[in-house]
Amino acid sequence: MSKVIKVLGTGCPKCKAMTQVVTDVISKHNIDATVEKVEDIIEIMKYNVMTTPALLVDDTICIKGRVPSQDEVFTFLSNNE
Amino acid sequence: MFDWLQHFADWLIFTVFNIDAGTKLGTALNFFVYDTIKIMILLFVIVFIMGIVNTYFPIEQLKNYLNKKKLYGLEYVFSAIFGAITPFCSCSSVPLFIGFVQGGIPLGVTFSFLITSPLVNEVAIAMFLGMFGLKATLIYAFSGILLGTIGGWLLGKMNLEPLLSDWVKEILKLKMQQTSYQKEQQTFYQRLPEITRAATDIVKGVLLYVIIGIAIGAIMHGYVPENFFNQYLGGGQWWTVPLAVILAVPMYANAAGIVPVIQVFVAKGVPLGTAIAFMMATVGLSIPEATLLKKVMSLKLITLFFAVVTICIIISGYVFNLLL
Repeated sequence: MSKVIKVLGTGCPKCKAMTQVVTDVISKHNIDATVEKVEDIIEIMKYNVMTTPALLVDDTICIKGRVPSQDEVFTFLSNNE
Repeated sequence: MFDWLQHFADWLIFTVFNIDAGTKLGTALNFFVYDTIKIMILLFVIVFIMGIVNTYFPIEQLKNYLNKKKLYGLEYVFSAIFGAITPFCSCSSVPLFIGFVQGGIPLGVTFSFLITSPLVNEVAIAMFLGMFGLKATLIYAFSGILLGTIGGWLLGKMNLEPLLSDWVKEILKLKMQQTSYQKEQQTFYQRLPEITRAATDIVKGVLLYVIIGIAIGAIMHGYVPENFFNQYLGGGQWWTVPLAVILAVPMYANAAGIVPVIQVFVAKGVPLGTAIAFMMATVGLSIPEATLLKKVMSLKLITLFFAVVTICIIISGYVFNLLL
């Protein structure tokens, strides 16, 4: 099943770095997933996060407030398949 | 602590390049090499330590703690201290602000956090430590926390909730919606490479500004006569502190590069209080932050917020000039 990944962040360098890591992992491992960037602060606040960037996989928050490594993102994406 | 580095700079400039130690060029180059390397080391170490703090900082627990305890005014102090030790980038300030207010923390206490957070940040601390030494850095950090405490308390007295943006008021009315959260399970060693990489990125990001700042500082150090500023900006003129604060506002992007230049100003006769006020205005009154905050506050509230911070910075400048 295709996974829905969301990157929450207002567009600061860290948020861009996170998006980059996620897209790299997806293309590297051929993962079936869509990446959505949520940049509107009003939208971001609906997810109840206080620190950006945040990573959501299928509406579960995996990471808040920091840029993850590729391996870490890969474990999140390869879980529960 | 950095004696070895001074020996290295002396050796490199005076022996390897064979430039006479007495010349202006020799002094300037020596100053440049020594400061650049020292600042790079300090920046990396401090940013790295703050990176570790950042990864583990229990921001949710902090929010709950500030919310539940009745602290008889001390909550402003705590909030300001937490603002000082949490190294979040400016784009997190809005989510943090809303998260705090949504969690039931009074607006004034939230402001304490919001004022101190950019004032006492890792880059400013590293630069201050490198250029002015430990004592001035402690004074800077302490006054940043004091300023946040007082500023937040003042703003808290003004009953500003009606001045928040409409959508924020809407969100505050709504019951907090719970998004499921998977607890992070990474060990420290798994996180270490990422923290190192992030620290390297931050240092790289400010490197150019720092080098330019130190280069300008080095040139001024060698060529501007002693006590030059004493005649114009030093001593008693009352308007120097407000002037320093106003001049600082557009400097935000180069905050790291500003410190070496300020250091030369101080060495040539500008009082330390004026310099600290300048530094605080550089990082604390930033236009990018105002733009972000515009989304959650009305123009009136932002103006009030910045006015209170500005006044506090100016007063602290005067106080330090009197005390130091």
